[in-house]
Amino acid sequence: MIRFIVSRAVQGIIVIFAVITITFTLSKMVPGGGVRNERFISKEAQKAQDEYYGRNKPWLVQLGLQFKHYATLNLPESEHYKGRGVDEIIASGFPVSATVGGAALLIALAMGVPLGAFAALRPNTLEDRSSTLAATLGICAPSMVLAPLIALLFGLKLRWFNASGWFDESDWVLPAMTLGIIYSAYIARLTRGSLRETLAQEFIRTARAKGASETSVVFLHAMKLASLPVLNYLGPAAAGMLTGSFIVETVFQLPGLGQFFIAAAINQDIPLTIALSTFYAALIVSFNLMVDILQAALNPRIRLQA
Amino acid sequence: MRNRMNAWALGFLAALVVLCAIGPTLSPYDQSQQNLELKATNPSMDHWLGTDSLGRDMLTRILFGGRVSLEVGLLATAVAAIIGVFYGMVSGLAGGRTDAAMMRIVDILYAFPFINFVILLMAIVGREFWLIFVAIGAVEWLTMARVVRGQVLALKNLEFIVAARACGAGFWHIVWRHLLPNVMGPIIIYASLTVPGVMLLEAALSFLGLGIQPPDASWGVLIQEGAKSVESYPWLLLYPCIFFSTTLLALNLLGDGLRDAFDPKSMSQQ
Repeated sequence: MIRFIVSRAVQGIIVIFAVITITFTLSKMVPGGGVRNERFISKEAQKAQDEYYGRNKPWLVQLGLQFKHYATLNLPESEHYKGRGVDEIIASGFPVSATVGGAALLIALAMGVPLGAFAALRPNTLEDRSSTLAATLGICAPSMVLAPLIALLFGLKLRWFNASGWFDESDWVLPAMTLGIIYSAYIARLTRGSLRETLAQEFIRTARAKGASETSVVFLHAMKLASLPVLNYLGPAAAGMLTGSFIVETVFQLPGLGQFFIAAAINQDIPLTIALSTFYAALIVSFNLMVDILQAALNPRIRLQA
Repeated sequence: MRNRMNAWALGFLAALVVLCAIGPTLSPYDQSQQNLELKATNPSMDHWLGTDSLGRDMLTRILFGGRVSLEVGLLATAVAAIIGVFYGMVSGLAGGRTDAAMMRIVDILYAFPFINFVILLMAIVGREFWLIFVAIGAVEWLTMARVVRGQVLALKNLEFIVAARACGAGFWHIVWRHLLPNVMGPIIIYASLTVPGVMLLEAALSFLGLGIQPPDASWGVLIQEGAKSVESYPWLLLYPCIFFSTTLLALNLLGDGLRDAFDPKSMSQQ
C-alpha cells in the first residue's frame, strides 16, 4: 500500500515538472521569445527585468531556474501585476474558485448519485426512463449554454441572486449550480450503469440468500463496489470543473483563478502563466492521488495488486 | 425504442450537415453583412430567425457557424484518431517494455491540465483556424490510443495473424490488411464519441475569445455574442444554444447507439 502511494506520488511529481517544462517551452514560442515589448520602459529597466527573470541566460539554465523556483517554492513576481508575487495572486483567486468548485462537487454528488441509484433500482420503468432522459439532457447543455441561461433566469428575471460579480455571501450559488448540474448528469449515468451491473453479480445473490435486508444489500454491499467507477470519474471531473470554471467565471465575472489564467495568457504574463498551470497540475495530481488511495481502500483487488 | 431514437439522431445530423453545407449559399444574405436599420429584430418573413444586434441575418449566421463547428469537430477528431490509432497500434504491436513505457506516458498525460496548454497556445501563438483543430486533436487522442492498443493486443496472437506471418506477409501488410480492418469498429465508435467532445472544446475556446474570431462565426462565437446581450435579446442566445445542444444530443445518441450495436456487453449494462 505504501509502495503504491509512493509510486503514484512520484508519478505526480513528474507530471508537475513536465507541466512546467511544457508551459515554459510554449511561452518561449511567442514571437519575440517571450520578452515583452513595452515602449515606456527604458533600456536599463528592461535589462534589469531580464536579469530578474533570468531571460539573458541560455534556455536550459532558464528552465533549471524555473525548476528551482518551484522546488523551493520561492516564486517570482508577476510581470503584468507589478509588485505582486504569483503566489499572492493565486492566494487571492483560489478561495473564489475553490468555494465554487467545492460547492459544485457537492451538488453534483448529491443530485447525481441518488438520481442514478433510483433509476438503477427500477430498471425499464417510467422513472428510469425519465431520469436517464434528464441525465442525457444535462450532458447536452454545456457550461457555455447553461451558465448564461441560469444567470438570465435566477439573476435577471427572478432577481434571487446577483447575475454577476463576487460581492454578496450568496454569489457562489449560481456558478456552483451551473457546474453541479452538468456534472450530476455524468455522475447519474455512471451510477446507474455501475449499480445495475453490480446488482446482477453473484455476491449480491449470496447476500440476499443469507437474508440481508434489501436496504443493506443495496447500500452496504452493492454501493461499495458500484461507487468505484464514480470515484474514478471524480479525478477527470475535477479537471473538467477547472475547464468549466473558465467559462463559468467569465459569465459570472468571478475574480477566480480561471480569470487570472486567461488574462495572464492574453497579456503574455509568463511567470503567472507558468505558476497557474503548475498550480492546476498540482491540484489535478493531488486529486487523482486521493482518488487512487480511496479506491485502493475500497477495492481489495487493487489493494492486493499493490 | 432505442433504434428509432438512433435513426432520428442520424436523420437529424444528415439534415443538419446538408443545411449547413448549402444553406449559407442559398441564403440571400451574407453571414457578415450588417444592416444597422434592422438591429435585433424578431423573426419575420425576410429573416426567419430574426437579426442580431448588428442586423445580420441570424439563420444564415447559425448555419455558417454550424459549418465551422462541424468542420472543426470532424477535422480535430480526424487528427486525434490518426495520432491515437498510430500510437496504440505501435504500442500494442511492440509489446513488452516499449508497450509498458508508452502506456505509462499515456497515463501521465491523462493527468495534464490540457485546457491550459490549449488556451496558452491559442493566446500566444495565434488564433488561426488550423491551429484550433491541431491543438484540440493533440489533446483528445489518449482514449483512442488505449482502445486501439487493447484491440491490437487481443488480435495480434490470433491464428489468422500468425498464419499470415507464416505465409511471409510483411509487417505493413499485416497492419493494413489484417489488423486495421479488425479494429475499425471500435475506432469508428470512439471517433463518433470524440466529435461532441471536440465541438465542446472549440465552443469553449471561441466563447472565451480564443477560438474562431468574429466576424467569422462558429456556434461558440454566436453563443458568446448572445450571452452578452441576453438581458435585452434573449433569443439571440436561445437559437444558437438550441442548435448546439440538439446537435450534441444527436451525436451522443448516435455514439451510444453505435457502441451498443458493436458491443453487446455494453447493451446489457444499459
